[in-house]
Amino acid sequence: MFATLSDRLADTFKNLRGKGRLSEADIDATAREIRIALLEADVALPVVKEFVAAVKERARGEDVSQALNPAQQIVKIVDEELVAILGGETRRLRFAKTPPTVIMLAGLQGAGKTTLAAKLALWLKGEGHSPMLVAADLQRPNAVNQLQVNGERAGVTVWAPEPGNAQGVEHGGDPVAVARGGVEEAKRTLHDVVIVDTAGRLGIDAELMQQAADIRDAVQPDEVLFVVDAMIGQDAVTTAQAFLDGVGYDGVVLTKLDGDARGGAALSIRSMTGKPVMFASNGEQLTDFDVFHPDRMASRILDMGDVMTLIEQA
Amino acid sequence: GGLGRGLLALLSRDRVDEDTWEEVEDLLITADVGVGPTQELVERLRTRLRVEGGQSASVPEVLREELITLVDPTADRRLGVRGSDGRPGVVLVVGVNGTGKTTTVGKLGRILVAEDRTVLMGAADTFRAAATEQLTTWGERVGVPVVAGPEGGDPASVAFEAVSRGVAEGADVVLVDTAGRLQNKSNLMEELGKVKRVVEKQAPVTEVLLVLDATTGQNGLTQARVFGEVVDVTGIVLTKLDGSAKGGIVVAVQRELGVPVKLVGLGEGPDDLAPFDPEAFVDALLGAG
Ligand SMILES: Nc1nc2c(ncn2[C@@H]2O[C@H](COP(=O)(O)OP(=O)(O)OP(=O)(O)O)[C@@H](O)[C@H]2O)c(=O)[nH]1
Ligand SMILES: Nc1nc2c(ncn2[C@@H]2O[C@H](COP(=O)(O)OP(=O)(O)OP(=O)(O)O)[C@@H](O)[C@H]2O)c(=O)[nH]1
Ligand SMILES: [Mg+2]
Ligand SMILES: [Mg+2]
Repeated sequence: MFATLSDRLADTFKNLRGKGRLSEADIDATAREIRIALLEADVALPVVKEFVAAVKERARGEDVSQALNPAQQIVKIVDEELVAILGGETRRLRFAKTPPTVIMLAGLQGAGKTTLAAKLALWLKGEGHSPMLVAADLQRPNAVNQLQVNGERAGVTVWAPEPGNAQGVEHGGDPVAVARGGVEEAKRTLHDVVIVDTAGRLGIDAELMQQAADIRDAVQPDEVLFVVDAMIGQDAVTTAQAFLDGVGYDGVVLTKLDGDARGGAALSIRSMTGKPVMFASNGEQLTDFDVFHPDRMASRILDMGDVMTLIEQA
Repeated sequence: GGLGRGLLALLSRDRVDEDTWEEVEDLLITADVGVGPTQELVERLRTRLRVEGGQSASVPEVLREELITLVDPTADRRLGVRGSDGRPGVVLVVGVNGTGKTTTVGKLGRILVAEDRTVLMGAADTFRAAATEQLTTWGERVGVPVVAGPEGGDPASVAFEAVSRGVAEGADVVLVDTAGRLQNKSNLMEELGKVKRVVEKQAPVTEVLLVLDATTGQNGLTQARVFGEVVDVTGIVLTKLDGSAKGGIVVAVQRELGVPVKLVGLGEGPDDLAPFDPEAFVDALLGAG
């Protein structure tokens, strides 16, 4: 159905090969294909425009390479620019000087926050920490039970003083108080990391966004992580910006990367907000979790693996 | 989106120049309509305006018309909730992780109960932590009994159990919730196929609803295609349309697969489920709704 970027560029390459110098028309033709590929990978349009313009600019200014043909040169530029935007290097979690380190999760409904909370806890436990999970989603039916079950699987303590919306109890309790209490409990019981799970909320829901800000103010997190589904489309930038304005965050976690979505949101969010993608969530098991690799993401977004192979064959 | 002023304003300009056409394209792309469908649509629009010349309706009207045609207002969007031979209608709810399946089952229960039908729910997500409890809470909320099995048990047996109880008790409708699964996981897709086959030993599945999240981008088309192949999807539920995402991917889904959007999710409450309204959808997509 959809030709990949490699298929498309293979055609463009036929014409470009061996000419020795990039003409404006060559650059335009390649840029057009890159634009379409990025859009099909769900990179947000304003980001695509900016990115393609930067690639064109560099292609024009670049000295003609002796080692590469013009097409290879463009692909190399695309790859370098992508990796540069996606982070270049991986950012690590910041730990508090005086424990506990507080990590707060926020994001849209169903993004994968509760699952990630337990994954993070399990991972931190493996790194020698003593994490505690805090069940501050009192809104979604049985979110508290879900965190408890996951916490048990991860073998970590869960602070869950309120049942939330379970067994017909509507809005059982105050999430801000639960979150605050969780940090106090962690201090008392000497847990060195606290992970606060929060309810899913929409970027345009002012009331719930305020609640997230209140939770933040109550727990003074060292890290707020914005959790976002890799399948998200063009709305990624609107939502990422809304959470940045509404609650603020330090890093991004991309979830459901075990699917076949290309994950253009990584590029969109990084270039719009400047916030680094820190972790990748890639499965339903609690061990399906990894630090984020910008180079892998670059090649995933553009099928760059294939393109590189193509270059080697050229 | 970034082009909030909307298409109507854009196209009421005197002359439609190249820049304007590009802005039209941009507007459709930022609504997740996709590059291919967007280009086709704009091409058709340009041709129509050329052919019809001054005779044609205004540009915004033509675009709105073309989009509405694409989502097809004549499609049959009734839910298949009626069984035959005295057996209940069976609705199977499927989709990738976290789209809103369980919530939709709860809301659907509410609607059916309000229509005086006797309803049962089957908790065939035996996999996700507390998925059964979540559906049970929904059942209590809307007054519908839930048939559940052991955590980690066989989802097909739970579904079978729910439908056979529905048959035995003479229920009107059985709603079967299933675990979220990504369409590229062939073992999980196979499991879903089995759920459907096993259920059909008791009663035909009268409706297969694929729940798509409105924030989903181009992957939504792949989801629809693969789920369609595995369980023959008969309707789409487009959830989270109360957010800032437009859900434009369903244009391509409907165009390629011919499966109509039947319902939209507009919130987390029990009453936040509505019939799909093509005109309202298109107006929202164009930023004019
Ligand atoms: N395949 C896959 N599924 C995931 C991943 N992360 C989460 N999920 C699934 O996605 C669904 C939603 O995950 P949750 O952790 O409940 O998401 P949430 O953000 O807490 O949802 P709300 O609390 O309702 O806003 C569940 O079915 C999870 O099992 C992932 O990386 N890969
Ligand atoms: N705003 C909004 N939220 C919704 C809507 N439908 C569902 N949700 C929320 O989305 C999240 C996921 O919903 P679920 O019903 O658990 O999704 P699911 O598809 O059953 O998830 P899994 O079983 O884990 O795959 C929950 O927080 C719901 O409250 C909707 O139409 N609008
Ligand atoms: Mg959650
Ligand atoms: Mg569910």
